[in-house]
Amino acid sequence: MRRGISWPALWLAIIGFGILYVPVVVMVVYSFNASRLVSVWAGFSTRWYGELMQNDQVLSALAKSLWVAVNAATLSTIFGVLIALAFVRYGNFRFRLLLSALASTPLVMPEVVTGLSLLLLFIAMEGFFGWPAGRGIDTIIIAHTTFGMCFAAVVVQSRLRDFDMSIEEAASDLGATQPYIFFSITLPIIAPAVVAAWLLAFTLSFDDLVIASFVSGPGSSTLPIVVFSKVRLGVTPEINALATIMIALVAASVIAASVIIYRNATGRAVAEEKGSQP
Amino acid sequence: MAAARQWISRHGRRLVVALPLVWLLVFFLMPLVEVAQTSFTVARRGIPPFAPLWGFDEDGFFTNFNLENYSLLLDYWQDYIGPAGNSLRLAFVSTLICLLFAYPMAWWIARSNPRQRAILLVLVMLPFWTSSLLRIYALIGLLNPNGFINSMLIFLGVIDTPIRMMQTDFSIYMGMLLTYLPLMILPLYAVMIRLEDDLLDAAADLGASRVGVFVTIVLPLTVPGIVAGSLLVFIPAVGEFVIPALLGGPEQIMVGKVLWTEFFRNRDWPVASAIAMLLLAILALPIIYARYQDGRETALDRAEGQGGTS
Amino acid sequence: MSPFIRIRNVTRRFGDVVAVDDLSLDIDRGELFCLLGASGCGKTTLLRMLAGFERADSGSIEIDGIDMAAVPPAARPVNIMFQNYALFPHMSVADNIAYGLRRAGLPKPEIAARLEELLRLVRLTGMGGRKPHQLSGGQRQRVALARALARRPKLLLLDEPLAALDKKLREDTQFELVDIQERLETTFIVVTHDQEEAMTLASRIGVMDAGRLVQVDTPRTLYDRPRNRFIADFLGTVSFLDGVVTSLDGGFVSIDGVVSVTAVDPGGFAVGDAVRMAIRPEKITLGRDPGGGVNEIPVTVEDLAFTGVATNYRVIGPDGVRLKLTQPNRRGDVAPLEWEQPGFVSFDPADIVLLRD
Repeated sequence: MRRGISWPALWLAIIGFGILYVPVVVMVVYSFNASRLVSVWAGFSTRWYGELMQNDQVLSALAKSLWVAVNAATLSTIFGVLIALAFVRYGNFRFRLLLSALASTPLVMPEVVTGLSLLLLFIAMEGFFGWPAGRGIDTIIIAHTTFGMCFAAVVVQSRLRDFDMSIEEAASDLGATQPYIFFSITLPIIAPAVVAAWLLAFTLSFDDLVIASFVSGPGSSTLPIVVFSKVRLGVTPEINALATIMIALVAASVIAASVIIYRNATGRAVAEEKGSQP
Repeated sequence: MAAARQWISRHGRRLVVALPLVWLLVFFLMPLVEVAQTSFTVARRGIPPFAPLWGFDEDGFFTNFNLENYSLLLDYWQDYIGPAGNSLRLAFVSTLICLLFAYPMAWWIARSNPRQRAILLVLVMLPFWTSSLLRIYALIGLLNPNGFINSMLIFLGVIDTPIRMMQTDFSIYMGMLLTYLPLMILPLYAVMIRLEDDLLDAAADLGASRVGVFVTIVLPLTVPGIVAGSLLVFIPAVGEFVIPALLGGPEQIMVGKVLWTEFFRNRDWPVASAIAMLLLAILALPIIYARYQDGRETALDRAEGQGGTS
Repeated sequence: MSPFIRIRNVTRRFGDVVAVDDLSLDIDRGELFCLLGASGCGKTTLLRMLAGFERADSGSIEIDGIDMAAVPPAARPVNIMFQNYALFPHMSVADNIAYGLRRAGLPKPEIAARLEELLRLVRLTGMGGRKPHQLSGGQRQRVALARALARRPKLLLLDEPLAALDKKLREDTQFELVDIQERLETTFIVVTHDQEEAMTLASRIGVMDAGRLVQVDTPRTLYDRPRNRFIADFLGTVSFLDGVVTSLDGGFVSIDGVVSVTAVDPGGFAVGDAVRMAIRPEKITLGRDPGGGVNEIPVTVEDLAFTGVATNYRVIGPDGVRLKLTQPNRRGDVAPLEWEQPGFVSFDPADIVLLRD
């Protein structure tokens, strides 16, 4: 039996969870409000969901955001795995200090600085090489990959650190060569971390407003940019509906993932318990 | 194809390092150099809306180097340095408030039975995975003069006129809590879950009261989590843009919002760059400290991992 | 004929630490050889050099007449079984065992046949579809063994093969391991820190300390005729007595110290030499009354511990000399000696080991 928590602390904790959840719950409820006014409950309605589905601006921004996030997450994960491999496996290689500084500073860099600096770079590059010609989807993907890979690297690194090197040595002892070992042994074992890294990079990209605002061009507004411009004009029930859908999707996948992980963990524990009795 | 494979396996290690290194040099370090350069040049009409810092024309080498942007920041300090001070104050208080709530939350999670712990962890992770822009938007619906809280209070007859909650320090703190609470909870949880019951029982057995156990055992052992969480909250909070833009008023202007306004509204990119440099200067200390902490931990990890070569 | 494995003057340093220090060793084909030593003595480093995961700073390693310096782990006729088994957690038992066979490019039917044979060898028939986490510790150990044997290595290296098992299972598995080794006639090198395990398994044991081989011999010789104090102390329990050689006579040595002792002459000692005598506890007899033989010393029981099979005594002789001894608990023993009681110990001259250090 673990030692518990005192009453005042429990109350603080409950209020903390309340702060995280009350606004979202209220918003979800009001997304079904028939009235445009937040203050008045005019009965249940799915009207705003219907209007949202008609909103081409939002739908095309959503499509752009998904495309950007999928690409940025995939690139981020590949680079993140490389960074993690270098740090965990290569000991004191040349440029280690430089790479570690470059790969960890984006984690804490203010978004406005990242956004502004990348925009200035893209403009300078355009002046020198004529690429990238203007700003658009590509520049957003590059920007998101740059900080996404650093987050991905952190996730993969922590898993790779726990990795038992003798498993790879066993594979090499049994005749496998380096690239084959990586794809047949290492990658499958760290797969959960790789998936988690991808999802994290995806989420960071999908939610980013600030950096995308700097490096996007006309016609490449992502969903957060559209939402932000609408929100500035005040609370609109359509955004309530949009937010509800997105939060429901995230909640469903997070809960599903947690249940799977939890089941696996307990299932495995039970199996090991049984297995240890000959 | 075979030749390519051979090349990759021969230079594999070099490639693993070189690919991300080159990417980060080009898309992270170079941009910072660009910002630094731009902060020393002057705005002008055209595309891009600033003069190059240096270059060559028919008269040979020329430079537009000047410190005007920085002296502007100083001359109109209430418009630039003031918000920077605001940022530090609001971020600092936000960090403390986050700590106040996150500590008992993390403790509750760490002390729960595995089933309850899994549920509570999901409850913490869920906001972490959902867009903070949308959650801040939800908060507006709650805090507005005609928002949920005011409507409820008026409906219940507690108040007659709406309380002003938006565009105050309070709304900023609520926004920061909503955005950064999970970032504070997770590192705290990570250290708390490693605290053994036996340790607390031993302290109690040796005569420590509940408060005594907390002050002498729990608090010192969770300091790494407190430091890590505080840095994770404080650093991005200082540079925050969305929260002051959507929740703050004239009293809550933060440096991130000033940069945004200079860039998008006034189109003065050199001044925006100078503000970026100012922001980096403010954050340099905590960022370096965070890296130092991080480095120390990984060094410790590796030292432990390399024990026992028999 | 040259030995199967020939290790010549091998040295390996890690920074300032010399893990293996100018070590030479020959091992014959079909031997079950044990490298025994405390942790950090360099035994695992030596093993990893044989497997090819570490290179030697100097010296050479030959296996079956071929120098191994330029041969990568995958190409050596050597396989290794890791201490923690290093099973591939995402693969079934069958895929684990067949991994090396597939890498060798064997045709499918042959892989299937060998897989069956290996599963039978380690008594896991029918378990091929399981994942490692569904197995008990003993079963995992056997999968690791089968996987390492799959490529029919000429030499199998086993790093603490039994350390992860509990005591009862460990004893059963020891015999099984020896049985498999004898059936396959593969050369085994086992690294262990457990002297009992080494004694049970090995045909020969090499005791290592600080990167060097201290003594290489059969288990019996190591135990009965240790070369120096370290070996005597490391293997089992022993009591030491110091003295000086006073006479050599007809195959016996007389030694004077706090007590006078006669021992069988191992040769090489001269009158006046300082010697240290080592005596195993089970070679000393304890009685209430003097028996009148050689090497009899009056003692007092200082401490005793009943273990079931035997009773362990610690006794004090003249001048505070302490001896440790074990008396079997035989039926009909009249009133064994208790605390503080006086008695006599005696030992056979042939059971005394004379050491120089």
